[in-house]
Amino acid sequence: MRPTFINVGERTNVTGSAKFRKLIVAGDYAAALDVARQQVEAGAAIIDVNMDEGLLDGAAAMRTFLNLIAAEPDIARVPVMIDSSKWEVIEAGLKCVQGKPIVNSISMKAGEAEFREQAVKCLRYGAAVVVMAFDEVGQADTAARKIEICTRAYNILVNEVGFPPEDIIFDPNIFAVATGIEEHDNYAVDFIEAARVIKATLPYARVSGGVSNVSFSFRGNEPVRRAIHSVFLYHAIQAGMDMGIVNAGDLPVYDTLDPVLREAVEDVILNRPQRTNVSNTERLVDLAPNYKGDKGAARVVDLKWRDQPVGKRIEHALVNGITDYIDADTEEARLSFDRPLHVIEGPLMDGMNVVGDLFGSGKMFLPQVVKSARVMKQAVAWLEPYMEAEKAGKPREQAGRILMATVKGDVHDIGKNIVGVVLQCNNYEVIDLGVMVPADRILDAAVEHKVDIVGLSGLITPSLDEMVFVASEMERRGFDIPLLIGGATTSRTHTAVKIEPAYHRGSTTYVIDASRAVGVVLGLLSKDERARNEALTRDEYVRIREQYARSQDTKARTSITDARANRWRAEADAPLPGAPSFIGIRTFDAWDLSDLADHIDWTPFFASWELIGRYPLILEDEFVGEAARDLFADAKAMLKRIIDERWFTARGVVGFWPARAEGDDIVVFTDEGRSDELARFHTLRQQIKKSNGKPNLALSDFVAETGQDYIGAFAVTAGHGELEIAKRFRDAGDDYSAILATALADRLAEAFAEALHRKVRTELWGYAADEALDVDALIAEQYQGIRPAPGYPAQPDHTEKATLFRILNAEQNAGMALTESYAMTPPASVSGLYFGHPGSHYFGVGKIDRDQVEDYARRKGWDVAMAERWLAPILNYQPERRARSDAA
Amino acid sequence: MTRADRIAALHRAAKERILVLDGAWGVMIQRSELSEADFRGERFIDHVGQMKGNNDILCLTRPDVIAGLHDQYFAAGADISETNTFSATVIAQDDYHLDEQAVWDINLEGAKLARAAADRWTEKQPSKPRFAAGSIGPLNKMLSMSSDVNDPGARLVTFDQVYDAYRHQVKALNEGGVDLYLIETITDTLNCKAAIKAIKDLEDEGMEALPIWISGTITDRSGRTLSGQTAEAFWNSVRHARPFAVGFNCALGADLMRPFIAELSRVADTLVAAYPNAGLPNAMGQYDEQPHETAHFLEEWARSGLVNIVGGCCGTTPDHIRHTAEAVAKLPTREIPERAVAMRLAGLEPFELVA
Repeated sequence: MRPTFINVGERTNVTGSAKFRKLIVAGDYAAALDVARQQVEAGAAIIDVNMDEGLLDGAAAMRTFLNLIAAEPDIARVPVMIDSSKWEVIEAGLKCVQGKPIVNSISMKAGEAEFREQAVKCLRYGAAVVVMAFDEVGQADTAARKIEICTRAYNILVNEVGFPPEDIIFDPNIFAVATGIEEHDNYAVDFIEAARVIKATLPYARVSGGVSNVSFSFRGNEPVRRAIHSVFLYHAIQAGMDMGIVNAGDLPVYDTLDPVLREAVEDVILNRPQRTNVSNTERLVDLAPNYKGDKGAARVVDLKWRDQPVGKRIEHALVNGITDYIDADTEEARLSFDRPLHVIEGPLMDGMNVVGDLFGSGKMFLPQVVKSARVMKQAVAWLEPYMEAEKAGKPREQAGRILMATVKGDVHDIGKNIVGVVLQCNNYEVIDLGVMVPADRILDAAVEHKVDIVGLSGLITPSLDEMVFVASEMERRGFDIPLLIGGATTSRTHTAVKIEPAYHRGSTTYVIDASRAVGVVLGLLSKDERARNEALTRDEYVRIREQYARSQDTKARTSITDARANRWRAEADAPLPGAPSFIGIRTFDAWDLSDLADHIDWTPFFASWELIGRYPLILEDEFVGEAARDLFADAKAMLKRIIDERWFTARGVVGFWPARAEGDDIVVFTDEGRSDELARFHTLRQQIKKSNGKPNLALSDFVAETGQDYIGAFAVTAGHGELEIAKRFRDAGDDYSAILATALADRLAEAFAEALHRKVRTELWGYAADEALDVDALIAEQYQGIRPAPGYPAQPDHTEKATLFRILNAEQNAGMALTESYAMTPPASVSGLYFGHPGSHYFGVGKIDRDQVEDYARRKGWDVAMAERWLAPILNYQPERRARSDAA
Repeated sequence: MTRADRIAALHRAAKERILVLDGAWGVMIQRSELSEADFRGERFIDHVGQMKGNNDILCLTRPDVIAGLHDQYFAAGADISETNTFSATVIAQDDYHLDEQAVWDINLEGAKLARAAADRWTEKQPSKPRFAAGSIGPLNKMLSMSSDVNDPGARLVTFDQVYDAYRHQVKALNEGGVDLYLIETITDTLNCKAAIKAIKDLEDEGMEALPIWISGTITDRSGRTLSGQTAEAFWNSVRHARPFAVGFNCALGADLMRPFIAELSRVADTLVAAYPNAGLPNAMGQYDEQPHETAHFLEEWARSGLVNIVGGCCGTTPDHIRHTAEAVAKLPTREIPERAVAMRLAGLEPFELVA
């Protein structure tokens, strides 16, 4: 059954309708009322009224318009959504509405206190509210953040303010997809997933959103935008979206969309695996022009731009990716300049800068930029013979030489490769060192090739720290060339706060995206402009650091002493889990793979193939169902071979020891007398300020300080054989099977951890001997005890794995090892500690303060700098700069 | 009994039986044939303009008459009698040029008179406790209706002014000792919402919370309030007050009011109250419906399970109330329906987002 969906009319929104904005700014309220009337006649169940326009007195306009509406029964019959980002405008609106309106919106942007205050007022005026997924940190983009913020807001509203849950509507933020920026690709999926979870976990709450945002990158192509809206809504509504701000009269019916267009849109919206060698975004961009004209009429090519001066023509060709005339235009330009190089530095670079600006402001996206680069390349090729002739046969000088690398520990390079292409198109020589490149190799190569600039890229968070290290090494080794920072995990703030201060001799510049790279490089290599550009950037980063420092002051933490005083305590009469069946370790050399196959949690398996949905429902999913079924059949077939032909060996080791909590440490003993210390696990404690009696947790809380308590540990792998099998397939040209084998090894390792945990609970430790859970309940973790792993939220310090591996002797007993960054090999491995206490549960440590870091360093036998390095992602403060040599 | 005890007794009584409100005040005061001098008393002897017709002022100038009317209605069997403060706001009393202090005193003394009368009857008949409801009437100035035919956006008052006026009245009524508020004869829901906000804000600031009874007015057979809302839209717009009771009064006689009370009874998950006029006025502006006729209609509503509280509005007398009280005495009170949780909004018409 198709759920009910409420269209909120958007035509009486000055930010959504240019026509309405003009009428209101001109004071033509009579015509503005007609807009509202038409909208209600067209079936809008609610009308959104927004007067947020710089030229207007928003409160006065809101008051005037709502008072006028009150006199129009054919408009006033529907409820109003009072829409403003300014509370005073909202309140002015609330004072003009006799019915029960919706306030759009309030949020925790400025903190809980203001949020509460505004919520109470909404309650007193008698209004439902839209709550934006926005908190003190910012607007939520990932599903997890959306869910986290909405859940927090819901709890405040329902449990503390007394707001009726049925009057809460969440707006978990719809952002544009198909922008060409990879990290935006999942935005629609994030919204849909958040809607699903909100509807499932926050009773009676509703989900809404501003739909037109999603198609923002296709501005100017209304038919494609409408198709995107239709497809997005189709899926979002299935997930539970209840209402949306959308032009109701304008939406094509999902089923009547052209199937080719629909599939392309759907791939983008659902962020499916790409079907061909072009990305989903590029595919849709390529298709889009076919649907631009009405009724599919052939479009007349508009050649008016050919009448413009040559510089403008070159710009037009670059922006629109048209190569048809570029040779002639370049030649014309060449004849008008003294030297061919001036054509590059003049009109061609000007045009590329326009492209960069358009891309930077979201008006062009990456596939188009790559097309622009192609035009550029063709123009440069035309000029090349002339430039060579000018230099009398000498090889053409490159504009500059740039070294690029993805830093150590990171394997992601799509963005870096694109930057390389764009730079090469612009006459720069690019030396690409590839992925996982250590600092010394980067800097050795920089010296060897006499490069002009070093560019670093990274996607995962540990790369941030590595970039700081590269910067400090450049400082130490006396470099002074510019350093560029880019990649999905990087940011201007991180660059300004952490990287730039590590490198004084040279300049550091954050490059927001590929299209900016050329402009930045040009500015840094220009003899005249370099000093000025570097100074501008430096000043900007100083400002950013100051802003950042200011924002740091507000994040209240509790001291580690107070946090410890507020530790979690088991209820006095809660029984300890008791003694395990043995003390010491036990190994498993070849766990039965068919048993593991029965324990597989398939949902993440599909997710690893970018098929999003819960198993087994995903097999019946209307869209991905067929792909999921095919994949599942292949996986089952391969799983059978893995088992029958023993491709992989599942090896593991488990151990139990007497233990005792000592402060935030867990001391592990070899003997029941607890006198012979075997090891000491260090845990970290939450320092967030807690309210309503909730404790500040550390894992050590789950082990008793006195009495006969125990701890367990495990390390398992299903990865022996994995690399060999994958290579065999790859060598045979069967990438699909290679990836399938790798993914299945991962799943088997996870299943191994789950199966072993069950054996531990029921038998080896045996504190839940009569437990009877089916596989679903296991996956939902509905059992007593936890098995947290170092590097995960409950203990974010990866280095604790070293202790774990040592007491388990995992290298000998399971053939597992740790890399320098504490990643496990083989890759399909899982390890962790076992806590058996009935009160133990998973949690996240969150950000911690200096007092705990210093304390932790003491306990670990580290200096503070070392602790700050390993705990960098969870520090609640900016550590003092120290050379990494003390830390490494 | 403390006020908390009385409120508990009110809730208890409402669970057990159909409660009866008093009847009209205007007609009874008219029958008293009071003169301009009676209305002025000593305090307003030199006050500008005419005071006759300002019934509320009698709380100060002829408290004996007002106390007598409370007594008559309690004697007729009413459980609840209203304070004589229907127009006692600074905005409405501006017509009589009364200042803030005078308006405050009307509410304070009006509440004390009703309180004292109720206490006398409760003492006399402990098995049937009596209650004083603070009457909060509509204003002569409306927030949703234009004051100028040529300018539909024009308003004579702002929300803040209405809010301040009600806030002033509510505070005085509370201080004077009423057991509950009765926001009544609501022609414009936005005015009512200002009153609700005034009450709730005062409670947030520490004033003792009292039950709220909200009574709208359906002006004619179209089934709309004067400001254009249907019964259900009206309910959706005021439900955030979490009222003790909601209902309609005035404008219509029982026969014509029935469908709208039935509608409200279906949707309101709180007590439903109705106190219609004694039919429609005749050509001379008088109400002809006889006490037993009114009682007959209301008895049928009670039998049909539509109401929890009944009473009379314009044209009704202690006789009407006596007949009504007798007619509903043995009948079961309406059961409050449980409604599915849903977002319910309103313009002039209701909007429900079903689960």
